[in-house]
Amino acid sequence: MSSDSSHAIDQAPGHVVHTDPETGKTGMWLFLFTELLLFGGLFLIYGVYRSMNESAFHHAAAELNVAMGVTNTIVLLTSSLTMVMAVSALQRNQVKRSLSFLTGTLLLSATFLVIKFFEWSAKYHHGIFPGQDHLHEMPHGEGLFFNLYFMMTGLHGIHVIIGMIVMTVVLFKIRSGALAADNYGMLEYTGLYWHLVDLVWIFLLPLFYLTT
Amino acid sequence: MSNSHTAVAEKPHVLPDGLFIMVWVALLVLTAITVGGSVFFPGKVGILVAVIVTPVKATLILMYFMHLKYEKKAFTIMFLVAVGVLSVFIGLTFFDYLLR
Repeated sequence: MSSDSSHAIDQAPGHVVHTDPETGKTGMWLFLFTELLLFGGLFLIYGVYRSMNESAFHHAAAELNVAMGVTNTIVLLTSSLTMVMAVSALQRNQVKRSLSFLTGTLLLSATFLVIKFFEWSAKYHHGIFPGQDHLHEMPHGEGLFFNLYFMMTGLHGIHVIIGMIVMTVVLFKIRSGALAADNYGMLEYTGLYWHLVDLVWIFLLPLFYLTT
Repeated sequence: MSNSHTAVAEKPHVLPDGLFIMVWVALLVLTAITVGGSVFFPGKVGILVAVIVTPVKATLILMYFMHLKYEKKAFTIMFLVAVGVLSVFIGLTFFDYLLR
């Protein structure tokens, strides 16, 4: 992902490091398409099972905490805003501003995970968690709903964690000056990834929380 | 090998922060509409609202936050091809399941 090509041995004095934003961006988008198909496959499974277990899905969805789901949507949408502002701040060479917005994005993603943790542990205490007996004893359709819920929000959660790790790396790179106004590619690609994570959540909200 | 024409990247198209804030407000309003739809009109109407509003939200994120509106057309075409492939998968699978 890094567009750093300073390893060239034959570096002439005054050599300018080549960066090709267009190519880097194309690569990132190609990766995002594979993500789209990954989540798309899961949405497809959800769609088919929902059409076969309509009432069970509605019944099971009533168990989810709408307030928490909506709060997390607001948190993620806001984190997308701070992310895009971090990118444009670095493009304008406002390094400090960019760092603050990126830190804000990190804090918001942590907030998202904390809310998710409370949500999941509440379900766990009610015996609704993969591997627990209560989930197995549920009517077939409701069990399917919860397994899909944990699978899809879990996979999404892993994406949030990966995003946070990448953001931390980018944060240090901006601090050290490795990423700057003339070489912001890695921050931009991280932003694209983060918006995709947001995008997936936008579809998860109505599918799981708002189906009642 | 290094000539200044290829080395210096094009000036990025930096959008004003005000635009991003407007998009963010629009996304929050659309979220409120979706949630309101499902709370006050549970059932078919609520689902219909979500089906209409959610792709609008996705388009806003893609066009502004992900800059698709300001990139070369090729990016949009690539994206539409990927979505098209996904739609074919989804369409054919439902065609199978619903007509069994």
